[in-house]
Amino acid sequence: MTPDQIFQLLIAGVTIGSIYALIALGFVVIYNVTGVINLAQGEFAMLGALIAITLTSETPLFHRAFVVNLNLPLIIAIALATLLVMGVGALMYLIVIRWARTDSVIIQIIITIGISIALRGIALIAWGTDPFRLSEFSEGPPIQIGNAVLTRQDLWVIGSAFVLMLLLYLFFQRTFIGVSLRACAVNRVAARLMGINVSHMMLLAFALSAGIGALAGIVIAPKTFMGYDTGTYLGLKGFVAAIAIGGLSDERGAIIGGLLLGVLEILAAGLISSGYKDAIAFLVLIAVLFVQTTGILQRGAKREAAGV
Amino acid sequence: MKKRILALTLLVTAVLVLAACATPTAAPAPTTAAQPAQPTAAPQATAGEPYKVGFVTSITGPASSLGIPERDTALMIQDQVNKAGGIKGPDGKMHQMELIVEDDASDASKATLAAKKLVEQDNVAVLIGSSGSPASLAMVETATKNDTPMISMASASQIVNPIADRKWIFKTPQANQPVTAVQLDWLKANNITKVASIGVNNAFGKDSRDAMNEQFKAAGIEILADEVFQPGDKDFTAQLTKIKGLNPQAVIVHATPGEGAPLTVQYHTLGLTAPILHNHGIGNMDFINLAKDAANGVMFPIGKLLVANSLPDSDPQKAVLLKYIADYGAFTNGKAPSSFGGHAWDAVEIALAGLGSVGPDRAKLRDYFENNVKNFVGISGIFNWSPTDHVGIGKESLVLVRIKDGKWEFVPPDQYAAK
Repeated sequence: MTPDQIFQLLIAGVTIGSIYALIALGFVVIYNVTGVINLAQGEFAMLGALIAITLTSETPLFHRAFVVNLNLPLIIAIALATLLVMGVGALMYLIVIRWARTDSVIIQIIITIGISIALRGIALIAWGTDPFRLSEFSEGPPIQIGNAVLTRQDLWVIGSAFVLMLLLYLFFQRTFIGVSLRACAVNRVAARLMGINVSHMMLLAFALSAGIGALAGIVIAPKTFMGYDTGTYLGLKGFVAAIAIGGLSDERGAIIGGLLLGVLEILAAGLISSGYKDAIAFLVLIAVLFVQTTGILQRGAKREAAGV
Repeated sequence: MKKRILALTLLVTAVLVLAACATPTAAPAPTTAAQPAQPTAAPQATAGEPYKVGFVTSITGPASSLGIPERDTALMIQDQVNKAGGIKGPDGKMHQMELIVEDDASDASKATLAAKKLVEQDNVAVLIGSSGSPASLAMVETATKNDTPMISMASASQIVNPIADRKWIFKTPQANQPVTAVQLDWLKANNITKVASIGVNNAFGKDSRDAMNEQFKAAGIEILADEVFQPGDKDFTAQLTKIKGLNPQAVIVHATPGEGAPLTVQYHTLGLTAPILHNHGIGNMDFINLAKDAANGVMFPIGKLLVANSLPDSDPQKAVLLKYIADYGAFTNGKAPSSFGGHAWDAVEIALAGLGSVGPDRAKLRDYFENNVKNFVGISGIFNWSPTDHVGIGKESLVLVRIKDGKWEFVPPDQYAAK
C-alpha cells in the first residue's frame, strides 16, 4: 500500500463516516430528549433521498401507475424533502410514540422497529425494488491530490456534514429552544418545573432527528444510490457509531464514533481483506453491547421513571 | 389507555397490511390463476385438473432486478397458455396452467421455505427457481428430498454439479464457465496478460471467480488481485483503490446491477481507465439506467436476446427472440425484456413441454427433461439436456455485448473469437 492509496482510503472513510456520524447524531438527539432508541433512523435517510430524487428527476411510482416529472431545482427539492421527512418524524411521535410513553423502554424500541418496517414497506410499494440515483450536486471532474481522487460529491458530503454539525452545536448552545431541549435531556422533571413543555420538546426532537437523517441520505445518494432497503444498513451503522463511544447520549461521541467507524471499515477492507468490512462494525457493536447494554437500557428506564 | 390501544391497533394493522403486500408485491399485471377459460378452447367435458407449476423468484431484495422480469415472463406465459385453452395433456384433456409464485426476497432461507411450501402443501408438479445462485442452491435439497424436478434460473455451476447428486435439478442460464471463456477470448485477442478482478461474495460471484481463476491461469493470464465485496455493499473505494495501484490492463467484474452499477460509477470517478469486463449478471436496462455515462464501454458476454435485432436472419433463435421481445413489451406496458426474463421463459416453456408430454407425474417429468429436451430453441440458447448435462447450452449461445450511449451493441465475433 502506497501513501497515496492510504490517503484515498482515508478520504473514502471520512466521507462515509460523516454520514454515519449524522445518522448517529439523530439517534443521540432522540435518545437524550425522549429516552427512546429510534431504530427507524436509517429509514429517514432513505425517505429523504427517495423524495429528493422524485422531486428532481423523472421517477415512476407505484409500478408505473404514475410518473412524477417535476424537475424541481435541487436546492428546493432538498428543502422540501427534508421538511417532508421532518413531518414524518413528527407524525411518528404524535401518532405512535406519544401513546407508548408510559410503556417500558423495550416496548418503545420494538415499536420503532415496527415503524421502520412500515416505512420500508411504504417505500417498497411506492418506489419499487430498484435503486435510484440522485445526480451529483455539482458537475465537474474530481480533484486530484497526488494519485488520490477526491470527488466533488465527497466534498459536498463532508462539507454539509460539518456545517450541519456546527449549526446543531449553535442551536443547542445558543438558542432558547436548543437549551430547553438540553434541559429535557438532563432532567425532564426539572425542565417541566421550569415551564418547558416537555411534550413539545419531544416532538421537536423527533422532527429534528428526522431532518438530520433525511439530509444525510440526500447527500450520500449520488454516491451510493438509494433503494427502499438502503436505509436499514445506514441506520445500523449509525447505531453502532452512536453507541460505540458516546454510549448513545453524547453528541461528540456520536460524531467521533461515526468518523472512526467509517475510516476503520474502509481501512479494514483496503488493508486486510474486503470481507472484513462489515465484520468490523458488528464486532464493535457486539463488544459494546456485551460491556454496557444493561447500562444503556437501565439509564433509559431511569429517565423514564424520572420523566413520568 | 384507550388512545394507546387505538395507536397500537393502528400500528399492528399497518404492519400486517405491509407484510401482506410484501409477499406477492402487488403484481403489476392483472393475471392470476383465476383467469376464466376461454370459450374457444375444447368443451368443458374434456377439461382436466390444472397443472401446478411452482415458481420461486426474488421479487424483492438485491436480486429483484432479476426476479421481477422472471415473474412477469412466467405470468405472461400463463396468460398466453390459459387464453389459448390450456395445455393438452397425455390424457387428451385440456389442463389450465396454475402458476404459484413465491417471493424469496433474495434470501436463501426464505427460498427453502418457499420451495417446501410449494412441494409439500401446493403439491406442484415441477419447481422453477430461483433468481440467484445462493437461493437456488438452498432449494436443491428440498427438491431432491421430495423427488421433485427443479429448474433453476441462476448461473452457478454447483446448482447442477456434481451431476450424480443433482438427479432432479436442471437449469436454463449458461454456467459461468462459458461466460469466462468468451471473456478470455477477448483478452487474448487484445493481448492482455494482467487483469484484476472484483466480485460479489456469494455463490454466484465465487463460481464466476473460480471459473476465471481456473481458465485464466491455464491461459497464462495473471490475476493481480481477486477482490470481493458483500452483497448489498454500495461503496467499493477500498477495493478499487487497491486495484488502481496494481495497474491492470483490464478489470473483470462479477456482479448484478444492484452493486455492479455503483461499482462501475465509482470505477470511473476514481480515475480507472482500463477496459472493464462484466459477466452476464448485469444484462438488463437497470444497469444502464443506474450507471448512466459510466456504463459506456462496459463489455460482457451474454445470451443473444439483447442484440436480437443485430443477429443474421439465419440465426435459428432470431424468430423466438423477436416474438418474446414483442410479447413481453405488450404484457408489461412497454418494458424492455432482459436475459433474466429469458431464463424464466426457457424454464417455464420446457416445463410446459414436459407437462404436455407426460403429465404432472414428477418422476416422469424428470425423465422427460433428461432425455427428451433436444434442440429446444429457447431464449438463452438451443437446449440439449442429457444424463451428463443438465445445462444444455454453452459458449455457442453467448455473444459479446458492449454498452454504447445507453444501448446494447453487438460486438461481431470476428473481433475477438479464437484466432
